[in-house]
Amino acid sequence: MMFFVFLTSAISMGVTFLYGCVGEIITEKSGHLNLGIPGIMCVGGFGGCLGVSIYMQSLSSPDNANWFLLIIISMFFSVLFSAMFGALYCFLTVTLRANQNVTGLAITTFGVGFTNYFVKNINMANFTKASALISYSPLKGKLGEFGDIFVSHGFFIYFAIVIAIVAALVLNKTRVGLNLRAVGENPATADAAGISVTKYRYIATIIGSMIAGLGGLFYIMDRLGGHWEYVLDIMGWLAIALVIFTLWKPIISIFGSILFGGLYIAGSYITGLSIHQKELFGLLPYVITVIVLIITSVLDSKENQPPAALGLNYFREDR
Amino acid sequence: MIALELKGITKRFGSIVANEGVDLQLKKGEILALLGENGSGKTTLMNMIAGIYFPDEGHIYVNGEEVVIRSPQDAFKQKIGMIHQHFKLVNVFDATQNIVLGNGKKKFNIKKSVSEVKEISEKYGFHIDPGKKIYDMSVSEKQTVEIIKVLYRGADILILDEPTAVLTPQETDKLFAVLKNMKEDGKSIIIITHKLNEVLEISDRVSVLRKGHYIGTVNTSETTESELTEMMVGKAIDLNIERIESEHVSDRLIVSNINCKNREGVKILENVTFTAKSGEILGIAGIAGSGQRELLESIAGLQKIDTGEITYIDPESGESVNLRDKTPTQIRELGVRLSFVPEDRLGMGLVGNMDIVDNMMLRSYENGKGIFLDRVNPSNLADSVISELEVVTPNSHTPVRRLSGGNVQKVLVGREISSSPKVLMVAYPVRGLDVNSSYLIYGLLNKQKENGTAVIFVGEDLDVLLALCDRIMVINSGKITGIVDARTVKKEDVGLLMTKTFDNDAKEVEDGGSNE
Repeated sequence: MMFFVFLTSAISMGVTFLYGCVGEIITEKSGHLNLGIPGIMCVGGFGGCLGVSIYMQSLSSPDNANWFLLIIISMFFSVLFSAMFGALYCFLTVTLRANQNVTGLAITTFGVGFTNYFVKNINMANFTKASALISYSPLKGKLGEFGDIFVSHGFFIYFAIVIAIVAALVLNKTRVGLNLRAVGENPATADAAGISVTKYRYIATIIGSMIAGLGGLFYIMDRLGGHWEYVLDIMGWLAIALVIFTLWKPIISIFGSILFGGLYIAGSYITGLSIHQKELFGLLPYVITVIVLIITSVLDSKENQPPAALGLNYFREDR
Repeated sequence: MIALELKGITKRFGSIVANEGVDLQLKKGEILALLGENGSGKTTLMNMIAGIYFPDEGHIYVNGEEVVIRSPQDAFKQKIGMIHQHFKLVNVFDATQNIVLGNGKKKFNIKKSVSEVKEISEKYGFHIDPGKKIYDMSVSEKQTVEIIKVLYRGADILILDEPTAVLTPQETDKLFAVLKNMKEDGKSIIIITHKLNEVLEISDRVSVLRKGHYIGTVNTSETTESELTEMMVGKAIDLNIERIESEHVSDRLIVSNINCKNREGVKILENVTFTAKSGEILGIAGIAGSGQRELLESIAGLQKIDTGEITYIDPESGESVNLRDKTPTQIRELGVRLSFVPEDRLGMGLVGNMDIVDNMMLRSYENGKGIFLDRVNPSNLADSVISELEVVTPNSHTPVRRLSGGNVQKVLVGREISSSPKVLMVAYPVRGLDVNSSYLIYGLLNKQKENGTAVIFVGEDLDVLLALCDRIMVINSGKITGIVDARTVKKEDVGLLMTKTFDNDAKEVEDGGSNE
């Protein structure tokens, strides 16, 4: 059935957003509005490609590639680059107290430029084979089209969902999560309670960046089948919109990402549309984000709001 | 047995001495009241025990052993907990989450913590719903959470900084009942308050600070309100502030029966009636937060008044103008100027990131030719304020934020005075200023008075009010308790008016709450 195929594709599209979204939720819960996520997803994708390239070059034949090693090495390089950019963001905002919005946009510009310049130097031979291995699913096609919705995906799709669930558990059920939320809500209170605001903000932002970067790796190596496209920054902006849409809740973001993914690709599944009309569908995620924003502000709910200290740098002497 | 002892504690902030050689003893299982005027160093002293500040000199002993307290964590280790005037709570968390926040030693188990919170509540007689979110709580409930937070961390010594300032009399009674339960349980408590009746009601002993110095300690059972007032206010120190004789005195601003409520619906001004006269300085005395700010803001048109009239009498035409219907801009154009120096100094009146010239332009941005701003006059004004008031700044293009507090105040007061106002309202204009600058400001106010301006001066130092003002109006919990002649009144009498309580207080507050 067409719809099953569409849903399967929507899930894999949405996971790109899911990585960026969960990473940004963790970051924002610490009070950091990291608008560098689009750039970080670019460098995450770049790092992942670099890892794949290094591994594939080291083999005598691309057919000898090992699934586990390929995933581990590509992930390692992906998070290495995105963590560096996350750390740079923290250094600028926490240590040097630069404005968060300006820093975030600078990181995005820098990340996109860095990636577009250096990605040309990556040897992308054998990327189709590597991609087939990364997106490999042993059960694909064995449970029919309906079963494929759930079992046809590669490792990175299930990994994203696991990360979202773990993030939700950590945020809501553990002391670390409680402390992190306190840092994002009221850093002065957290500081007085003996929580290191600096430490929490650094760690949350770097971990968030690492997760977001994996979205770039997934999109290029799994979704696009190993062909580089200069679109990762768009995925990043959609991921940030998704954070607002899901009201800063990782569990909702799993379903929200599928919705965003579906809307993003819907144009291609409706026959008889011109190219321009198809493009309009890509706009829908932003439109529904605006609607959610309007609804939450009309409801004036105290709960479904961004962290109170989001975007504000904290230094104790300011009290 | 002594739970806590301070010896020779001194704390300076730059050139300002907040505490000098203060000794204090807190016995185990007693409630000690710490009394003193605003700025007498009570909170600073307590902050040193709680680890917010570190003393420059002196020693702190807990249970007879000398300790070093460098951070709130060190204070927790010594089982000292402080409940600050401004609550430190996360709004979207519930009570329990706030209580366990950051307390890393115990295993994280919210269910167990909830039952522990309930246990503490029952033990001391608190009423608290552990699952209630902070944003749904009243001020008194928030305070309860703060106290339980401290008890949960195992504090034996509790410091409460003006806990009753935000409470209704009924809530105060409840709090006092809890404090007595804690005392019976062997906790030692220091309570900071301005209210003498509360001191007499709750405390075992009273220690008094004045201008950063320790004056003495008396047993509550052996003292009276007037003795405490005298200790707190002290003998008048002649400041030799010049008070010029008033000329051309006539009514300028008539305030009659104004009432207003704050955002929570609590009555903040009640039937306030007075007249400000030209060529006169009217002092307003009162404990901080008694409604001074709201009063000035009502006159300036910034605070909505529920009932009452404010009438301005134009000195040239003699016409009466009702200020109630005017916008703040219209009121300002009439010559009513507000120079309010709030606690955070830059919060109102000045923009920290703008330079002195731009801040001058906040009052004159509408002037100028066509679409272009007039920058010349504000620039000249900035230079004259800098030279006349001796503002210490590299030049007139320095962001105000970079100036020291005193210089910020000079810029603010200087700008308001420059417009030759008809009514000038200043609140705490000398707060944080050194003696020299303070006298400069007094001189400026006198000059305004000479020019026939009606000056309203909210001050905190009674000595200054007595020396500078012509009349002093005392405000107490939003009510005027007296308007006295500053030339003849005794300081002790003003102090009594400031702290006097009303017998019908409780009933009135209740009425105010139910009107909401």
